[in-house]
Amino acid sequence: MSAGPETPPGSGSDRDGGAAAGAVVPATAGPRRRLGRLERLAIEGVMTREVINWLSFWKSSTFSSTVEPTIYLLAFGFGFGSIVSEIDGYDYVDYVGTGTVATSVLFGSAFSAMFGSFVKREFQRTYDAILAAPVDVEELVTAEALWMAIRASVYGCFPLLVAMIFGLDPAWGMLLVPLLCFPCAFGFASFGLLISAIVRSIDSFSYYQSLILTPLFLVAGTFFPLDGLPRGIQIASELNPLHHLVELVRGAAFGFDGWHDVARFAALIVFALVMWRLAIRQSTKRLIT
Amino acid sequence: MPPPSALSLKGVRKAFGPVQAVDGLDLEVPEGTCVGLLGPNGAGKSTTMRLLTAQSIADEGTIDVLGFSLPGESKQARAVMGLVPQLDNLDTTLTVRDNLRVFVRLYRVPRAEREDAIRRALEIATLTERADTKVDALSGGMRRRLLIARALVHRPRLVLLDEPTVGLDPQVRQELWALIDRLRSEGVSILMSTHYIEEAERLADTVTVMAEGRAVATGRPKDLILEHAGRTVLEVYGPPEHLRTVETAAQDAGHDHRRTGTSVAILRAEGLGGSLAGHAGHERAANLEDVFVALTGEEVA
Repeated sequence: MSAGPETPPGSGSDRDGGAAAGAVVPATAGPRRRLGRLERLAIEGVMTREVINWLSFWKSSTFSSTVEPTIYLLAFGFGFGSIVSEIDGYDYVDYVGTGTVATSVLFGSAFSAMFGSFVKREFQRTYDAILAAPVDVEELVTAEALWMAIRASVYGCFPLLVAMIFGLDPAWGMLLVPLLCFPCAFGFASFGLLISAIVRSIDSFSYYQSLILTPLFLVAGTFFPLDGLPRGIQIASELNPLHHLVELVRGAAFGFDGWHDVARFAALIVFALVMWRLAIRQSTKRLIT
Repeated sequence: MPPPSALSLKGVRKAFGPVQAVDGLDLEVPEGTCVGLLGPNGAGKSTTMRLLTAQSIADEGTIDVLGFSLPGESKQARAVMGLVPQLDNLDTTLTVRDNLRVFVRLYRVPRAEREDAIRRALEIATLTERADTKVDALSGGMRRRLLIARALVHRPRLVLLDEPTVGLDPQVRQELWALIDRLRSEGVSILMSTHYIEEAERLADTVTVMAEGRAVATGRPKDLILEHAGRTVLEVYGPPEHLRTVETAAQDAGHDHRRTGTSVAILRAEGLGGSLAGHAGHERAANLEDVFVALTGEEVA
């Protein structure tokens, strides 16, 4: 989804070498020189920065994004597990182990997008530096969301690995988990970038955290089934991307639910695309004055 | 035919809410020259820089950079120019080399030339020995040199320097001047905003004095001095009441003058006569600071 139909692969690279020799630039820019939108080179450039930075702090980043869901898994798995042994026909540790994949994706994408991008924009002025290079806001946002989505999709697998230690049976379908996580992670990373582009102060994140993210995370079918909840909440949960991801991951572990799961995956893609465009629009407003 | 422009602004206006930051600015950087944008804080220099990278979009007027029309073709323009920002935005937890490694990618240096580009940038910044040091551990001067070198990895034909030496020691400042002077001698076009008079005087081929969002004078430093401050300036020192008398006399004689704390400076002192001639003072050559104050009415740092 990174590349829209208008992506011209590798356009513009022809000029880079020529500039070195101080070649004369024609007074008018011909179509050959027109740089397109969502260029691979620009997106790769921004992602390179993210990867190089990540390599310098991957330990702490990986720690916070994987340990927290693991703690949830252990606390609920063993805490509730001692009271509840089975839910919906699943062993409770298996139930929570598959469910916290979504939690991990959320923490790895939305939170790092909100705080990370705020810091890069307001304190480190990184975005100013990037936007002075041939990178547009659209590419910047896309690259940031892509990188965070890839990272969060990988982090999302950790709870499964931990749950395996505690008895979750491996299944081939689990290899699909990173792929299932990706659109959801991309959507939440974009959501984080969107919120970051809205707020004036870093403290304001707590409103969005408390009013949007925490409810989404608790009412996703991660720790308890939604059947017992009031009907209104059940219907509302169909709008919760995390709920769809939770169900898809359980599908990957225990068997998919045919077209129903295809529809869930499609919903995640729609979520991702909508958030992506909104993040671009709001970020442009914020960054280009 | 006039020499081609690396950069040209015509009638550019930009307001932020009620604040008219740039108010009908005309500005020209002929190719291969260094133009100093001199003005007090709030004159619109930084907004002008943002307009040139299309991080701000002008309300009115036309902006051309290296033959590209902004903001529509700003991406092409950004690919062949470099910006040295006023605020240090290096990645401080990364090494010098990694900072450059990111920017050779962002500036699309072809893969085969990347290592060379990084080596060259390290040499320009004289940081080859510190390539694997984290930016955190560099001195202020080193960081600024890296900031400049980072803007040069793709051999840009135009470099924008936004207050390149602000807040640095005089010694470090001179070091950077040498670096900028070298760039200029290599034929890179430069637009440099500054509020340090000496910086503009030393480095700029032409200076545009900016006040309240527009260009109030443009020319070679020595022409500007001659035109707006004359050849010599008489600095008269003395107690406040004496200075007031001198000011009144200058006023009556129609001479531009300014108070510089402990003295009154009378511009165009070479034509001094009448009641003013008798005042003992120190005669010195007029300088760009006199021009600046005469044109903007502001004292400088």
